[in-house]
Amino acid sequence: MSDDAATEIVPGWETVIGLEVHAELATATKLFCDAPNQFGGEPNTNIDPVSLGLPGSLPVLNEQAVELAIRVGLALHCRVQRSVFARKNYFYPDMPKDFQISQFDLPINEEGWLELADGRQVGIERAHLEEDTGKSTHVGGGGRIHEAGHSLVDYNRAGVPLIEIVGAPDLRSAEDARAYVSELRSILVAIGASDGKMEEGSMRVDCNVSVRPMGDPELGTRCEVKNINSLRSLGRAIVYESRRQVDLITSGDRVEQQTRHWNEDEGRTHKLRSKEEAYDYRYFPEPDLVPLDPSVEWIESVRSALPMLPRERRHRLADAAGVDTATASLTVERGMDDLAVEALAAGADAGRVLVHIENNLADGSGLLTAAAFASLVAMEVGGDLTATQAKTVLAVLVVDGGEPAEVAAGMGFEAMDDGALEAIVDGLIAEYDEDWAAFTSGDDKERKKKSGFFVGQIMKATNGQADGRAVNELLARRANG
Amino acid sequence: MTERISRSDVAHVANLAHLSLTDDELEAFTGQLADVLDHAADLEALDLDDVEPMIHPLPLRNVLRPDVVGATSDRSEVLACAPSVEDEQFRVPPVLGEAP
Repeated sequence: MSDDAATEIVPGWETVIGLEVHAELATATKLFCDAPNQFGGEPNTNIDPVSLGLPGSLPVLNEQAVELAIRVGLALHCRVQRSVFARKNYFYPDMPKDFQISQFDLPINEEGWLELADGRQVGIERAHLEEDTGKSTHVGGGGRIHEAGHSLVDYNRAGVPLIEIVGAPDLRSAEDARAYVSELRSILVAIGASDGKMEEGSMRVDCNVSVRPMGDPELGTRCEVKNINSLRSLGRAIVYESRRQVDLITSGDRVEQQTRHWNEDEGRTHKLRSKEEAYDYRYFPEPDLVPLDPSVEWIESVRSALPMLPRERRHRLADAAGVDTATASLTVERGMDDLAVEALAAGADAGRVLVHIENNLADGSGLLTAAAFASLVAMEVGGDLTATQAKTVLAVLVVDGGEPAEVAAGMGFEAMDDGALEAIVDGLIAEYDEDWAAFTSGDDKERKKKSGFFVGQIMKATNGQADGRAVNELLARRANG
Repeated sequence: MTERISRSDVAHVANLAHLSLTDDELEAFTGQLADVLDHAADLEALDLDDVEPMIHPLPLRNVLRPDVVGATSDRSEVLACAPSVEDEQFRVPPVLGEAP
């Protein structure tokens, strides 16, 4: 069991988690200028006067970035509203203007929610537009940030459009947090807003963590953890931070509001700055940009073009299959819900469809059609194919396509008709009459043993084509007959 | 008239803006900023309940450009303006911690 599987990371204590996710929007150009928005280019090639914050350069808002931000807002059930850009002022070499253009008191999207695979809803406070910063690399001093000799700055990323999604403190465990980020990523990818790649930094997670005694209505003092680069780090950081805070409180100390840095190698967080040292950003409206006020027509046209979202797809499959949304989620994650729903509509058994997708289609469904899938499951349920044979035929259908009946015939998996099976069984009963007597009159142990013997003989005689369930039924019928 | 801004407020703001002020400057700017705030406070005497807050003086909104890539700057020309360069990047003093 992993150390964060339980909801209570420390027994008797509740962890309260709220996440801020930054995702780079999948536009061709930057948020306020037409330099390319491109990952992995040669340093300082995707730059222009606006990206560099040169005097006299002026920002002009990218229409596609707004469109993608509206998609995010609608997908997260937010109110899409009139918004205003603001300057967030601070001195840092990765922001050459000495301010970042963001949104402050009037964000484009406010008050929404997201539904986890198990059906629980998590509040979304806001999802606003802002520009990304440049990238600084620390050189010398052994590569550790606090020992760095100097830093190098690449402004390719400066000005890339970001959507910052601020979630409500509704999460209670590392698993919750990972489920939330996974769902958010699936949504962003589904609507084409972002590629959601945490490993390339196009999706970044800051994590607010506090603890309180279980049942206490008061929220504890929170710490914000930065530098989380994977779902695994997110879970580890939450567990570490919860324990650290509980240790402080139980040893008579108190938690100080801080920004902390997650160190993946050491598996711990370090203090970056405390509340007293916190930045005072002196936000004020960006005078070089006018308000953004998307029309109802624009918002509605974006809404009507949205694809079916992961939540709706889970519900659709869950309803069709008669299972809960958590059970349906793996099929949706694998992108096979259309296949499953079509196969179900063609009358396929829901249990077999989901089991095949979970166990036998992990590498994709390839050339398998819904009609073939439904026929295969029908043959399996009807006893024309054993479970093992069905799996073998399925693997062929994925690679080569085709009809399951033909593939099964080609592999020698002819359906045994009942008469042929009965003839074989009756022949074996006659041949092994002593064993048969032991089977019909022996005690349970003997019966079990002889049952195994006869099934084995029948499988041998039929080259494994007999359906195990039909064989057992037939043996029972003969024994009682 | 209440004191609208203290010397320590001005010192704080100056610090945020990376300005170092002498005591005399601090005194002078505290007075000047208080005058500016007094002037703004005159607006409080007006009944503005029915007036929308003005965010921008121009009656414009939704000024947008299409998402089409344009020209980029010449890297060597840009880096030639930098005080220090290494590996085609801007070389800066050590950055402690990470961006806010």
